[in-house]
Amino acid sequence: MHWSKSALAALAAAGLAALPAAAQQAPPAPASRFVVVLDAAHGGSDPGGRLGSGQPEKAATLALSVRLRSLLAARGIAVVTTRESDATIDSNRRAAIANYAAAQVCLSLHASDSGSGAHLFVSSLAPVQATRFAAWKTAQAAWVTRSLALAGVLNSALLHGGMNVTLDRTTLPTVDSMTCPAVAVEVAPERGPDGQITAEPDDPAYQARVAGAVAAAVLEFRTEARQP
Amino acid sequence: MIPRYQKVLVIVLLVASLVMGGVLWQLRERAHKRLLAGEDSAPTHAPEVAPSEQATLVAANDADGSLLAQAHSLPLPQDPGARARVLVGKLLDLYAAPDSAHPVPGGAAGVAQVFLLPATGPKDPQNPDAQLAVINLTGSFAASHPSGLETETLTVLSICATLRANFPRITQVRFLVDGQQRDTLAGHADLTRTYLTANAVPTGGTNP
Repeated sequence: MHWSKSALAALAAAGLAALPAAAQQAPPAPASRFVVVLDAAHGGSDPGGRLGSGQPEKAATLALSVRLRSLLAARGIAVVTTRESDATIDSNRRAAIANYAAAQVCLSLHASDSGSGAHLFVSSLAPVQATRFAAWKTAQAAWVTRSLALAGVLNSALLHGGMNVTLDRTTLPTVDSMTCPAVAVEVAPERGPDGQITAEPDDPAYQARVAGAVAAAVLEFRTEARQP
Repeated sequence: MIPRYQKVLVIVLLVASLVMGGVLWQLRERAHKRLLAGEDSAPTHAPEVAPSEQATLVAANDADGSLLAQAHSLPLPQDPGARARVLVGKLLDLYAAPDSAHPVPGGAAGVAQVFLLPATGPKDPQNPDAQLAVINLTGSFAASHPSGLETETLTVLSICATLRANFPRITQVRFLVDGQQRDTLAGHADLTRTYLTANAVPTGGTNP
């Protein structure tokens, strides 16, 4: 587990020239702590899928997590990551890190060679009222409504960024055990009108665009969450 | 001098022996006739191929993450388990085709068996005969399945939706790989859970 440095965040938010406009307009230090958990899927002995570039999925998700962490920290958002290196972490541990952080946004990052654009997944658990004690495997059920709202904001931001987006439900053990608004984001290749791949999921420029759109969505979600 | 009662006893025993002999002769004749009749009913014609029937396959599309219902005409066996296996196999054949919108190698050989059991959990009054379908996939199919959240989820949901479209009594689906429980299909889709067919709804296509 790695916490971003608030000092670094403040410095970055203060005006690094390379930051997009949204970062420069970010409000000063928020009154209440807004925490985002980034879960780079797979890692270590679990390589995940194999991308068209030949890279394993675990490398692409880690690169995206690092890039996204920097963007969010630059906007003054506290970020917790489940891994910062090529380490094996099981799904229970990942969910435990997210739940311990009491995050307002949890993003499980994946990459795939099939489909196109970005695939957003919310847990397929049926929504329930929050209770004091929740079953571990279905803890996300009390958060599904908020997760759907988060997916909607992400969908808008990614579409605005010119990406093809699909929105669906799935059963993913890591997400199903998270007690926070949680969405699994799967980055697929970018394809042209003829269906040919124009950018692989581990392409740095493509990842930068995805990360920028996701960061903008998180900021939007934070703003919406703070509105009375 | 032989007593009278002994004479009567011998006569009775003699008559009983003759009657029993007659009964045994009748039983033997009946058994012989039954054997001959069995020989007459031995198959003398080649088995006929099952007639083609209309079925609905719900196929996945990776481009937009949709599930589209398609009407197909194909020979289907009468046994529900075998019928379900043929339908899932046909769906996997579509995915193995060169121009598939959801490319997955393996084809029909990827599904080894389909078992239909009574559904678990509380009884649904609207569907008291609800069934659980257990799909036994082959290890080679799982090993060759593309890895990814969307592609794996679509494979699982399209199988569930196809079963729901053709077997309204199937409300739950579980997956095995080579007869064993497995954590995921190819690293993502959870195979340890029971899937509800009610959650697998086609997003378009012909009427399921």
